[in-house]
This record gives sequence, C-alpha cells and structure tokens, in this order.
Amino acid sequence: MAAFVVRRVLWGLVTLVAVVFVTFLIFRVFPGANPVVLLAGKGATAQREAFIRHELGLNRSWIVQFWLYLKGIVLHGNLGFSFFTSRAVLGEIGQALPATLSLTVGAAVLWFVLGIPVGILSAIRRGTVWDRTAMTASLTFVSMPIFWFALILIYLLAKSLGIVSLLPGPGSYVGLTANPVKWFESLILPWLVLALTQAAIYSRLLRGSLLDAMGEDYIRTARAKGLPERTVIWKHGVRSAITPVLTVFGIDLGGLLGGAVIVEEIFSIHGVGLLNITAINNSDFPVVQGTTVLAAAFVVLANIVVDILYAYIDPRVRVQ
Amino acid sequence: MTETPLLEVEDLHVSFSTDDGVVKAVDGASYSVAAGKTLGIVGESGSGKSVSSLTALGLTKGRNTTISGRMLFAGRDLLALDSSEIRQVRGNDLAMIFQDPLSALHPFYTIGNQLIEAVRAHQDVSKAAARARALDLLELVGIPDPAARLDRYPHEFSGGMRQRVMIAMALLNEPKLLIADEPTTALDVTVQAQILTLLQDLQDRLGMAIVIITHDLGVVAEMADDIAVMYAGRIVERAPGRELFAHPQHPYTWGLLKSIPRLDNPRGEDLTPIPGRPPSLINRPSGCHFHPRCPYVRDEHRRVDPRMQSVGGDTPHEVACLLPAQTRSAVWQALSRGDSVQQAQRVARDSARAASNTSESASAAADEQQEVQP
Repeated sequence: MAAFVVRRVLWGLVTLVAVVFVTFLIFRVFPGANPVVLLAGKGATAQREAFIRHELGLNRSWIVQFWLYLKGIVLHGNLGFSFFTSRAVLGEIGQALPATLSLTVGAAVLWFVLGIPVGILSAIRRGTVWDRTAMTASLTFVSMPIFWFALILIYLLAKSLGIVSLLPGPGSYVGLTANPVKWFESLILPWLVLALTQAAIYSRLLRGSLLDAMGEDYIRTARAKGLPERTVIWKHGVRSAITPVLTVFGIDLGGLLGGAVIVEEIFSIHGVGLLNITAINNSDFPVVQGTTVLAAAFVVLANIVVDILYAYIDPRVRVQ
Repeated sequence: MTETPLLEVEDLHVSFSTDDGVVKAVDGASYSVAAGKTLGIVGESGSGKSVSSLTALGLTKGRNTTISGRMLFAGRDLLALDSSEIRQVRGNDLAMIFQDPLSALHPFYTIGNQLIEAVRAHQDVSKAAARARALDLLELVGIPDPAARLDRYPHEFSGGMRQRVMIAMALLNEPKLLIADEPTTALDVTVQAQILTLLQDLQDRLGMAIVIITHDLGVVAEMADDIAVMYAGRIVERAPGRELFAHPQHPYTWGLLKSIPRLDNPRGEDLTPIPGRPPSLINRPSGCHFHPRCPYVRDEHRRVDPRMQSVGGDTPHEVACLLPAQTRSAVWQALSRGDSVQQAQRVARDSARAASNTSESASAAADEQQEVQP
C-alpha cells in the first residue's frame, strides 16, 4: 500500500513538471499578446519597450527563462512575480484561494448530499414516478448552461436585483474570518448554481452505475443468502456503484479548486478563477502560469486521493 | 418416489414481458425431489432450467414477470410467500450455488465477511460464533488452512476453491435443499470432478436434497437419482437416472446422449450434434416444440402438443413424445448400436409402416394426446 502511494505521488510530480513545461511553451513561446506593449502603453519609444522587456526578463531565450522559472519553483517555491502588480504570484494565489475553497468545497458537499441519495432512490425505484421525475429534473439541470442558470437564479432570488429579494447576490462575498454569517449567506446562491448542475450529473451517473451493479451475479448471491434488501442495496450494491462516481468526483473537485471561473466571474468572487481571467486579459504570464499549475496540482492531488480511496474500496486494486 | 417430496413443482409458468414480446421461460414445468435425494435437470441454455430454480427463491420476481403454478417446499407454497417470508427461506432451508463462482462472490469483501453475514442473516449469533461456523464449513468443503483463508478476498482463490467457498456459504445454515445451477460449468475438468464428488460426499454426510441443473448429462449421470430433461420451458422426459440412460425415450434426450464424447465410442465416430437452435421462447413452434429439430418428425407432430405420459413398465418413466412406443425403442436401439441419424430415420419409417400394417397407426397414438393447437 505504501509503495502504491509513493508510486502515485511520484507520477503526480512527473505530470506536474510536464504541465509546467507545456503551459510555459503556450504562454511564452507562442504568445497571443505581448505584455511589453501592454505595459509600455500607446506610442512608447523603442527604448522604453526594450527596458521593460529587460525588466521582465523577456529578452533572454525561452530555454533560459524556463530554467530560471523551474529553479525558482524548486529552490525557493517561487512562482515568479506578476508583470503588472509586481507582487509574488504565490501571494496573489494565496489571497484568492480561500474564496475558491469556500465556493468549491461547500458546493461539493451540497452536490454530494443531493446527488447521491437521488441517484440511489432512482435506481431502486427504477421506472416509477419518482425515478422519472428525478431524472427529468436532473436532465434539465444538466442541460442548463451554468452562466445562464446563475443569471436566472440571480434574477429570481438575489437581493436588490431579483424578483424576490431573498439572498445576497453578486459582489456580496466576504471572507469566512471576516464575517461567518455573511460569508455563508453570500455563498448560498453560488453554491446552488454549482451544486444543482453537478448533483444532476452525479445522480444520473450513480443511478446508471447502481443499476449495473444490481444486475451483477454477486447481488443475486446476496439475495439468495437471504440478506435483507437494505443490506443487499447498501452493502453489496452501492459500495460497488460508488467507485466510478468517486473518480469523476476527484476530477471535478480538482478542476473546480483550480478556479470555478464562470461562477466566480458572475458573482464577483475574487477567487483563483477570477484571478486567472484577469491575468489572461493582461497577458500577465506568471500569474496565468501560476494558476494553471495550481489547477493542475489540484487535479493531480485529487486523483491521487481517489486512487488511494479506490484501493481502499476495491481490494483487487491493491494487488496490482 | 414413494416418499412425500421435499420440493414439488406443479405446472410452473414463468414469463417475462419484454419489448419484443412475452418470453415464456418456463411453460408448465412439473418436477419433484424427495428429501435427501438428487434431481438432475438437464437442458440447453434457454430451456428455462435456471429460471425455474431462481423462481423457487423468489429471485425472478419483478414488475415484468408473471408467475403461476405451485412450488411446494416442505408443505409451503414458495410462490405464495411474501418478500420477508421468502427471505427467511433463502439461504436457510433452501440454498443455491451458481455457475460462475468468481462473479457470484462480491469482489470487495473478504470470504469471511461474506460467510459471516450469511450466518447472521438467519441465526441470531455473535460475530465470533458466526466466524467459527464459517471456519467449520470451509474446513468441511476441503479448503486448506481455512483460518487464514477467511480474511482473503475472492480474487485470491482459484476457481475450484471459490466454488468450494460458495458451497460452504450455501451450507452454513444446514439447508434441506441445495440447488446447484451449473456448479461445474466454469471450472476445469479435473476440478469439476472434485466439486461433484464433494457435493455427493456432503449430501451423504448432511442428508440434504440436491437439485443439480446442467446442460451436461455426464454431470448428472453419477449423481442424480432422478433426471428431468427440459426443453423450451417444459419437462419433456423424466426418469430415474439409470433408466434414463438405459432407455431414453425422447428424441431430444437421444440428441443429448449422442452429443456426449465417450471414450468407449469407436474411433473416428463423429459426435452427432442436435441440428438447429433452441426455439424462440416468444414465438414457440406449434405442436411438439421440438418438431423443427426432430429427425423423426411426422406431419401431425406439427399440430399436436404432446403431454407427459407414462412409458409403462416398473420404473416411473414419463415422456412427452408423439412417436409410438415401439418406434422409439427401435430408433434408440439403432442409435445405441452406433447407427447414424439417417439410418435411424429409416428405422423409424420402417417401424411406422409395420405399425400401419397392423392397423395400429401412428396417428392413432397421436390422437390419444389431448391438446390440439391450431
């Protein structure tokens, strides 16, 4: 088991280095915009542009740049400095991360709590009115574009904007430590937006996977033993059916921790996603790169956690 | 079969409604097994042999399933029990083992876990007591070092060992009847023999009745006291094991017997497969369901649906076949001599001509059968 974990972590690190390299190539070697021109402003002299290029270190070859960047990360844990604010990228991310964590983790709890029971009930009562209603509802949520759904919720429920002035809307986010009650209230709408669309996916996924599991021979054995149906479903059915859901959960959670871009943008939550968008608009390469690497790190980490959970759930994985 | 049977199945019908139509998986099957005895149910895939036994455990119940008939088990009609009553019977008085022991065991739980929960489903005992019971049974079915094996997972066992575990699991609560559904099909030939010997040995020691379901007559030859041959959801022939092998009456049974490879067959003699495919259970053939595949078919067999009738003689032997008795015995004599099916067909025709000369026509025999299908 220990060897398994070590192997997974090492592979995760290899993946991360590859991600750093590829993002570096994308942003520095084939840039879509020129940060020097943006910083220097209109009509700047060639000298001024050269000075800025030198300041940013962009006058050196990209291989040297990459080497310095990698050295900074490995030796000093330094992700570089923003071209625009000149602040450390790590600090910028550190400032944005709590908001993203609040948004994502809260939503994840909510979508799990909603999606899992609905999926299980639908599978058990397959073909009933409950199943059809739940699956129609989930199909509706799955098909709704998240930005549209967010706007609709704001239109319906947000204070001072909505038809019913019920919940704090965009721009109301405050940190957990600043004011826990306001923090909670301000996140209800963003949580709902993220959680409902995700819960819909999870309930459908789990329903399908549980229906498959309930058709397995070992379920027939469990019933033939005379076990109560509850034990058959939970101990024998759900335990198998949950594994594919966990895989998707790892990827989703990892991805969102790297920035729930749309929801953060719409609700003006200054998280990693919003930081990333702003940096892209400014051609602020170090920040874009930092947030991308962070997102990749979360995905890799979440996958390692899922793999370890997998090994815990399915003993066959441990042997390999 | 003079004793009162432990399990008595009467006119069992099981059908599933599907998008393609109603699948009549079991279509009026009747059979019985006495306490401590072994019944072999033999037939091809799709003959309804598994469905009938799954129905005994209430495992075919569903919204699309229609079940009728009676399945008396120790005096109680299993089909009339509600879901909690049937749960009390399952794995307790009536246990079942399945074809593929790998997929029949849950991959995520240890053998011990799965055995213990089976004990505790029916006995109010501590985990430790259940574990001790599981240990005893693993020892009984011949698993080496059972104490260490209890904490192992199914994938860490070989196929034969897994089937032993399944047998142990089935016997935990001392069932009166064990249904073994193709218990050796997924196993190596040498292991097959071990498992069959084990089952017989356990039966001798524990005295339970066994229903063994198989497509392989060789499997039941040694074990079964009685054999029922099933075709298209019905029993078409039923006799004590020895009698069935000595004087098989149904052309389908002949086909099964002739398609078993035998060491004492003359070298170079080909196996004779049964032509055609098992019939659709949605649109059955008219008349005798076997007629499209029967080499000895006559015109009226396409219209008349045969019923089970006693063959006569001292042993209880019944068959659902429209061929006259003397034709059947003449054909089997020819086949057991090693004649080809073509030669046997000639024998059947000659026998019919001889019979019509003595004015005891074949169609008269058919007219005795009751039901006439359009």
